[in-house]
Amino acid sequence: MATVLVLLERRGGDLKRASLQAVSVARRLAGEGGRVDALALGSGAEGAAPAAGDAGADRLLVAADAAFDRYAPEPHAKVLAQAARESGAEIVLAAGTALGRDVAGRTAAALGTGLLSDVIEIERPPSGGLRARRPIYSGKAFAWESIPEARPAMATLRPNAFPVTPSGKTAETVALTVTPVAARVVATRLETPPQQELDVAEARVIVSGGRGLKGPEHFSLIRDLANALGGAVGASRAVVDAGWIPHAHQVGQTGKVVSPGLYVACGISGAIQHLAGMSSSKVIVAINKDADAPIFKVATYGIVGDVFEVLPKLTEEIRKVKS
Amino acid sequence: MKIVVRVKHVPDTEAKIRIAADGKGPDLAGVKMIVSPYDEYALEEALLLRESGAASELVAMSAGGDEVVASLRQALAVGADRAVHVQDQALAGADALARAKALAAALAAEAPDLVFTGKTGVGDDEGQVGPMLAELLDRPHVGNAAKIEVGNGRFTAWRGIEGAVEVMEGSLPALVTWDKGDHEPRYASLKGIMAAKKKPLDVKKASDLGAAPGKRLVVRESIELPPPRPAGKILTGDAGTAAKELVRLLHDEAKVI
Repeated sequence: MATVLVLLERRGGDLKRASLQAVSVARRLAGEGGRVDALALGSGAEGAAPAAGDAGADRLLVAADAAFDRYAPEPHAKVLAQAARESGAEIVLAAGTALGRDVAGRTAAALGTGLLSDVIEIERPPSGGLRARRPIYSGKAFAWESIPEARPAMATLRPNAFPVTPSGKTAETVALTVTPVAARVVATRLETPPQQELDVAEARVIVSGGRGLKGPEHFSLIRDLANALGGAVGASRAVVDAGWIPHAHQVGQTGKVVSPGLYVACGISGAIQHLAGMSSSKVIVAINKDADAPIFKVATYGIVGDVFEVLPKLTEEIRKVKS
Repeated sequence: MKIVVRVKHVPDTEAKIRIAADGKGPDLAGVKMIVSPYDEYALEEALLLRESGAASELVAMSAGGDEVVASLRQALAVGADRAVHVQDQALAGADALARAKALAAALAAEAPDLVFTGKTGVGDDEGQVGPMLAELLDRPHVGNAAKIEVGNGRFTAWRGIEGAVEVMEGSLPALVTWDKGDHEPRYASLKGIMAAKKKPLDVKKASDLGAAPGKRLVVRESIELPPPRPAGKILTGDAGTAAKELVRLLHDEAKVI
C-alpha cells in the first residue's frame, strides 16, 4: 500500500485519455488501503474530479490558478514537485506525452530522484518503488528497470499501453496552495493542422503508407481508409524524406514509436527502422505487392497485392461494417 | 551569443541489437557508433544560427568515456568551434540524472545563452537529460522543438505535441531539445574533418567538477529482444475477396474493429 500521485494533463478543459490511463495504473499500484492523488492545474481544474475519480483517484489536488492555463515547463514542474512532497507520494506518474515527459524530467531533477520513461508494463515490488518494462532502441529491445531506493519513484507511461478501469466513484477535491513561479518560457498559441488530424502517437488505429503508393497524390487512399477506421495517418521514413507528408506522421526510429490496437501498413516494405517503431502493435495488417517484404514477418494478416486495388475495396468493406 | 550543443554517442539506428552476455545491455562489439540523430538536428540548427549572425560561438559537449571523442570530433568537423569532453568512464553506464549533473557542472562554467540537445538519445530512448539539465541549470526550456527564431534576448520556438504545434516564447538563457525540423544535418567536408583535428577539445574530469556519477537511482535489471510475433495469415484471392476476408477477421477474430 502506497500513495501514488498522478499529473493530469488537460487540453481545452478535457482530460487527456492518457492521463486517465495513468490514474488507473496508479490505482493498481497504490493497492488495498493505498491512496491515489491526481493533480489538476489551471482554471476549472476542479471539473476533473468525476473523470479522475472514475479512473481511480481518491483525491483531486487542485491548483486552479489561471497562471497554469498556458503550458510553461517550470511552474508545472514546481507544482508537481510540491504536490509530491505534500502528498508524501512514494510513486509519481505522468502520461508519456510531450508535456508529461517535459514536466517529469524537470521534476525528477528537482527532487533528485529516478525516472522510468515511456513504460509499457509497471509494478510496485514488495519492497516499494517501481519496476517497469520499457522499449529501448525504439522497440528493437525491451528493458526491465527499477527504482529500488530513490523516492518518489517516477515514471511516464506510454499512451494506450494501459487501459482505463472505471470505478464509478468521484474524487474528493483538495485545494493546493501554490505560488506559481514566473515562467520564463510559456506556450502562447497552438497551430493545429487544417483538418483536425489524429496524432499517430495517441491513435488506437493507424494506417500508414510507404513507397508503394508511388506519389504523394495517392496518400488520399491512406486517408480514406484511416477516416473509415477512425484512425490516424502514418508514413514510412522514405516518403517523409521524399517530402510526401510531414515528419509528424513518421513511424519508426527517428519518428514516432507506436503500439496501437490496429496498424495497417500499405506499400511499406518494412525497413528495420520502421519495424522498430510499430512491431509492438496488437494487430498488424500488411498490404504489399512483394510477398518477400519483411513487413509480412510481423504481420497478423497479410494481403499480397496492389495497394491501388486493395485499398479502395478495403475502405468500402470497412464502411459497410461501420454503418 | 554562445550556444553549447550537447551530443550523445550512440549505436547506429540501422544496427541490429544483440544482447550482451550479462543480459543487462546490448553487445556493442563491432556496432557502428554515431552522433544521436536528434543531436545532429540540434547541431544543424545551432550552425544555422551562427551562420545567420545570431550566434557567435558554438561549443560541442559530450559526457562519457573516451569513446565519445569520436562524436565530438564529428561535431567539430561540421563546424563547432571547440569541444568539451566531460570525462568519466562510469558516465557511460550512469543513469540520466547522473549524466545531467555532470553536464550541468561543465555547462555552468560555460554559461551559454542557449543549450541545444536532441529530444532523446536514440537507444536508451529516455528523453530525460534535456529537461533535467534545464532544471539543474535553473533555466527555462522547450522540448521537442522543430524551429526557432532568436533575437533581442528572446526567442520563439515551435514544438510538436500530440496533433498540433505548440508555439512557445521566452527569454534567454534557455535550453532547447530538438526534434527533426526543416533542416537536414549537413555532412562533414574533407576540409572540415582536417580542420577538426586542430580545433580545441578540452577534457574535464567529472570528478574535478564534483560530478562523478554515484550509485544508480535507476537500475537496469535486464534487456530482452521482442518476443517473436506468431506467424500471420496471408489472405489470397482477388482484391475484393481478400479485402472482405480481412474485414471479417479484423471484426470477428481480432476484434479490433
